Amino acid sequence: MGLSYTHSWLDIASDKAEEIRQRYDNRIADLIVNDLYSNAEEIARKAVISSRRSRGWDKKLDDILTSRRFGYPVMMVLLGAVFWLTIVGANYPSDLLALLFSRLQEQLTRFFSVTAVPGWFHGVMVLGLFEGVACVVSVMLPPMAIFFPLFTLLEDLGYLPRVAFNLDHVFKRCGACGKQALTMCMGFGCNAAGVVSCRIIDSPRERIMAMLTNNFVPCNGRFPILIAIGTIFIAGILPYGLQSAVAAGVVTAMVVLGVLITFGVSWLLSHTILRGEASSMVLELPPYRMPQVVPVIYRSIIDRTIFVLRRAIIMAAPAGALTWILANTYIGDFSIIVHVATWLQPLGQMIGMDGFILLAFILGLPANEIVIPILLMMYLSTGQMVDFTSLEELRQILINNGWTWLTAVNMMLFTLLHWPCTTTLLTVYKESGSKKWTAMSFLIPTVTAFLVCLVFTQAVQLLGLV
Amino acid sequence: MTAQINKRVLREHFGIRARPEQVVVALAGNPNVGKSTVFNILTGLRQHTGNWPGKTVDNAQGVFSYRHTSFLLVDLPGTYSLLAHTIEEQIARDFICFGHPDATLVVLDATCLERNLNLALQVLEITPRVVICVNLMDEARKKGIIVDIKTLEKELRVPVVGTAARIGEGIEDLKEALWQVATQSTPGEPAPVRYSPEVEEAVQELSSALEAVANGPLNRRWLALRLLDGNPSILAGINTYFELLSN
Repeated sequence: MGLSYTHSWLDIASDKAEEIRQRYDNRIADLIVNDLYSNAEEIARKAVISSRRSRGWDKKLDDILTSRRFGYPVMMVLLGAVFWLTIVGANYPSDLLALLFSRLQEQLTRFFSVTAVPGWFHGVMVLGLFEGVACVVSVMLPPMAIFFPLFTLLEDLGYLPRVAFNLDHVFKRCGACGKQALTMCMGFGCNAAGVVSCRIIDSPRERIMAMLTNNFVPCNGRFPILIAIGTIFIAGILPYGLQSAVAAGVVTAMVVLGVLITFGVSWLLSHTILRGEASSMVLELPPYRMPQVVPVIYRSIIDRTIFVLRRAIIMAAPAGALTWILANTYIGDFSIIVHVATWLQPLGQMIGMDGFILLAFILGLPANEIVIPILLMMYLSTGQMVDFTSLEELRQILINNGWTWLTAVNMMLFTLLHWPCTTTLLTVYKESGSKKWTAMSFLIPTVTAFLVCLVFTQAVQLLGLV
Repeated sequence: MTAQINKRVLREHFGIRARPEQVVVALAGNPNVGKSTVFNILTGLRQHTGNWPGKTVDNAQGVFSYRHTSFLLVDLPGTYSLLAHTIEEQIARDFICFGHPDATLVVLDATCLERNLNLALQVLEITPRVVICVNLMDEARKKGIIVDIKTLEKELRVPVVGTAARIGEGIEDLKEALWQVATQSTPGEPAPVRYSPEVEEAVQELSSALEAVANGPLNRRWLALRLLDGNPSILAGINTYFELLSN
């Protein structure tokens, strides 16, 4: 036995290996894995005789869905179609619900005016609490109730692993794990759930990376904001027939932007504080299945929609009441809200929004679902009293408060990129067990949101587009 | 001499105490291929479970006798690969590579052989002392899949046994194959994995830097491939191993 080895030969050899790897553009590891698999495939082809019902169409479908040429376009089209159906389908019930709640509010107000309750009680209960909940339900519920079943259907069909497969090489190039595509899909439902699902990533470095960037996928609390603003503001300028399609395009573009920023931030992280090379993974592509429609609808309505809505309402009720109190408690000539919003105004304007929007995002920290209700309440409490019964009126309220298309785009960008909600932050703390990474999971999106909005706003203003 | 050193490495590095005359068999396989069923049917109740030293990964050992030879069967963590991206893969790789078992039994799932073969090929790159067990033959039959054991044997050039461990099918053949491989003085030569020209070139180039291992216990080609993978855990593994040897 050669017991006289010294370590030096190993160091020399590994330096040499590093040099060879560089020379082959770091492709050697991938080639080795590929070759192993093609050897296995060849042997299996010779040794296995299968009389099983041919998987021909399965394979053909996979060849299209995961091909270099069609993989990405198909992904975009499917995502766009899901958003389009959501927007088209959500418009009608949304208006209906808004109308219903506004009728109900009239009744409540009438009831309160004949009984002898003080005005502030009516304010807190009806104008605050009730309106907050009403707004959450009418703006948030319809898109959720349509988006979730559609997304779950894609999941049930077996399409999501194909998405992970398509995106794998990009993630790898950014130093992240391909499984991150799956944790991001979970993030569409809820970022806290997305962060928990990062457990499927083995490497601790890649797991932290997936947790820190999960927030760049708009969760169900945020994407109705994108849909609402996209529908009424960007698409609102266009003729009626085109509106839904354009709104779907805008929302899709936002999601794609979120994915691109995920890649960018991952790349940056893997070259700075989370240095390292990406590891390979085994991804099983399950056979396509006919989704079970009834269980899917049940699961997505009960598990997701109702659960998420309950959380939103629990947050929205007190937040609505609190906002009303803040908006109606005067210090000097102005309410507390106006004082804070005025103080935030310069910062808000720098990034193309205003102090109220920024304040709404800050108050929305417990749950993003309540950002729009809070914002509306703040706008409405400052004078321009508009009865909000439809999206068209929402648009009017916003325009009355000085919104331009630039404000709308920045609002969407900020929604997409800003800090995670408290639930997500707590989940990151629980999963990573580290205060440092929790702080990073707050700071990275926050800095990104401010930077992107700042650069965009300044560029637009410099070019004189507004 | 070599056997003694191997047993010492097993004891000190892997926490596995084999008697001097005992034959050590490693049991590898993908998750969910009935590896535990094979383990249980071979060893019966003579089992001992614990953890791998310093790791939170379960480790099970069992004993059985065949032809007056005592076998110590070591259940490795279920893995898809040995490229060591996870703790489990690292444990399995290190054991097959540095633990020098007298034989490695790789359990494959007959219903999805292609994916499973990937692991088998990786094991065969490390050691020629391998028995392939194609398990779940009964399930495959039900699904209309027939695995041609003879062809597989010819392709891999190591003993292949078809089993249905749940109903005890093929277990005697498996013991016989294990006994043959574990006790033969010179192991056979498995079919090499065929790599693309670029990989072969890179291996050739690196091989010259690995002269030192030419006659040692490590497979030079395999080591070259792993260094080209660029996975740092292999360096740590080798260092620990040589420290143990030079003690």
